[in-house]
Amino acid sequence: MQKKVIFKGKLLPLALLAPQLAVTFIFFFWPAGQAIYQSLLREDAFGFSREFVGLENFHEVLTDPSWVNAALNSLVFSGFVAGLALGLALFLAVQADKSIRGATAYRSLLIWPYAVAPAVAAVLWLFLFQPNVGMLGRWLNAMGIAWDYRLNGGQAMTLVIIAAAWKQLAYNFIFFLAGLQSIPASVLEAAAIDGARPARRFWTIIFPLLSPTTFFLLVVNLTYAFFDTFGIIHSLTNGGPAKATETLIYKVYVDGVQNLNLGSSSAQSVILMILVIGLTAIQFRAVEKKVHY
Amino acid sequence: MRRRHLAAGAIALTSLISTPFAARAQQPVEIQFWHGLNQPLGGMLEQLATDFNATQAQYKVVPTFRGGYAETAVAAIAAFRANTAPHILQMFEVGTGTMMSAGRAIKPLHEIVAETGVAIDPNDVIGPVAGYYAAADGKMMALPFNSSTTIAFYNKDMFQKAGLNPNAFPATWQGVEEAARKLKAAGIACPMTTSWPSWVMVEQFLAIHDVPLASRANGFEGLNTELNLTNPLMVRHLTNLVNWQKEGLFRYAGRDSAGDALFPAGECAITFASSGVRARTVREARFQWGAAMLPYYEGVQGAPRNSIIGGAAFWVMNRGPNARRTPEELKGVAEFFRYITSAPVMAKWHQDTGYVPVTRSAYEATKAAGYYQQNPGADVPIEQMLRGGDPTPNSRGIRLGGFIEIRNIIQEEMERAFQGQATPEQALQSMNTRGNQVLRNFERTNRNN
Repeated sequence: MQKKVIFKGKLLPLALLAPQLAVTFIFFFWPAGQAIYQSLLREDAFGFSREFVGLENFHEVLTDPSWVNAALNSLVFSGFVAGLALGLALFLAVQADKSIRGATAYRSLLIWPYAVAPAVAAVLWLFLFQPNVGMLGRWLNAMGIAWDYRLNGGQAMTLVIIAAAWKQLAYNFIFFLAGLQSIPASVLEAAAIDGARPARRFWTIIFPLLSPTTFFLLVVNLTYAFFDTFGIIHSLTNGGPAKATETLIYKVYVDGVQNLNLGSSSAQSVILMILVIGLTAIQFRAVEKKVHY
Repeated sequence: MRRRHLAAGAIALTSLISTPFAARAQQPVEIQFWHGLNQPLGGMLEQLATDFNATQAQYKVVPTFRGGYAETAVAAIAAFRANTAPHILQMFEVGTGTMMSAGRAIKPLHEIVAETGVAIDPNDVIGPVAGYYAAADGKMMALPFNSSTTIAFYNKDMFQKAGLNPNAFPATWQGVEEAARKLKAAGIACPMTTSWPSWVMVEQFLAIHDVPLASRANGFEGLNTELNLTNPLMVRHLTNLVNWQKEGLFRYAGRDSAGDALFPAGECAITFASSGVRARTVREARFQWGAAMLPYYEGVQGAPRNSIIGGAAFWVMNRGPNARRTPEELKGVAEFFRYITSAPVMAKWHQDTGYVPVTRSAYEATKAAGYYQQNPGADVPIEQMLRGGDPTPNSRGIRLGGFIEIRNIIQEEMERAFQGQATPEQALQSMNTRGNQVLRNFERTNRNN
């Protein structure tokens, strides 16, 4: 069944693999190794004094209440972003899949946000929700709702979740739409003839058949919420107020780049690396078995 | 034949290689200058470099904008580790402690003056500014340039509307509170706000009341310093701010310079901000406004004193851990420094921007030109900095390692107090504990430098 290409020598396959291996080494293994090495050291910003401290940085990070706070924030943030982005995208994709007038225009418009850079997306939301200059922000305050995400942690978290989910919506939408279009129409028609209503058709046929797509998107969305939302948080809230929107990745930046505490920052990124390796392994081993293919 | 050709070729080659070298020798020495000022101030600063380049052909100062102060500092430190540090780095005042402990990363100003023989007179720099950038032995480590301090700005139209005297800003916090209440009663939504919550409401506040922010003379006497933020006066002030916020007298506008926009836009009646905001207010404000000194609590022993400086200084950096600057390069740096501190250039910079004139000669020149008569209020910052004579150990300045991080901690904990997540006492206690942790880490990694 399997198609195999057999090379005669060893040189050619090695040469073909080399570029990919080099890229992986330079852009992944080398920096990761540096981070691990740095996480065992403590040094000043300029790199004059260097002290080997073993696992002290890790101990310090894990017992630091602000790290625990960042971990909780990350869980809340990524959970809501993934949930919101997946749920809304699925809803919109199902609507766009119907034969309605202007469906193509509607589809293209929904894909647009994906092309917007995270920082730009954040500025767009800022223009909407900034309490002094933002349209909706001013309106909320005029309505008597004390809207100020610069001082209210819950509002700040809500805002970054909405902005991050909006940004990811388009990506999910494309995949869901493609998934929907690959479901054979005959199956749905047969169900419709048997008297299944749209809601029932969705939950018993469409949703299970979409589950491979959903699972793939879940992994992608969680990774996105964990690692790619730095720009949005940085431009909207700077992790504030009072660390209310500081996620693990943002804390790595604050401690490493702003506070120049390289040892602690590296230790945090090593912990993050371990977390992600673990998360991905669990997801692919345990959850994948239950996904209907 | 062949050998002769080769020889001829070799000669041709050598001359090819050597010509550019010869040409390069006549090229000006490039001085890299990284700054962190955005527009319009950044443009004014770059203009100074252009003007300097036009006065001579030996050196060429190349200014580059590297993002805000904090970003510029981080970029320069990373560049130093990669052997590509700029010659001159504009470092904001909170980074002073870090730079002082930077050992061979920096070339102290007094050494440059001694080695190059270029006449820059440290005695011309006004006292509080010079003290801030002097080492323990009194020698200047960096060249202060765009120094500022914080003052009060107030909207005279709104004062009039509230029945207050538009020509007299209250001198005390008790008076400010009363004024804010009247402003609110007159229907003004934002009676008072502030920029730089930590700089204004903690650092300056303690200095003008002659209360230490940290032990060991605010860190001037050593790295083994501890914060003193839980003192009764600080508790009293933060409690007041939180109460005023609840009452609608005070609005928290965000960290750092986020509050700058609210005053020129005519939204808030009173703000406390960097004196550098003057330039922006002159350009944008569509109302009558005034400038005044920071208020103090009446009845506090020793208050009011001089305020401390902010803004930035120019630090000279070595290229990398093992790469020193050549005498030529240092000469270029010194010549540039002499140009920008000359009385006419410094006086113009002060008048254009609202930054404090850091040299006495520039201050005298500005005074003699009648500038302060034509622009009432423009001398408030310098008068406030010279208030009460020589600075005390509590008002000389702040020299804490990791102060950038400590300032963020202070702002975070203030936010917790304003949100009601912590009482003012708890927030201040937490600032102290977390800030001391930073100080201990800094002490540990910088002990041997």
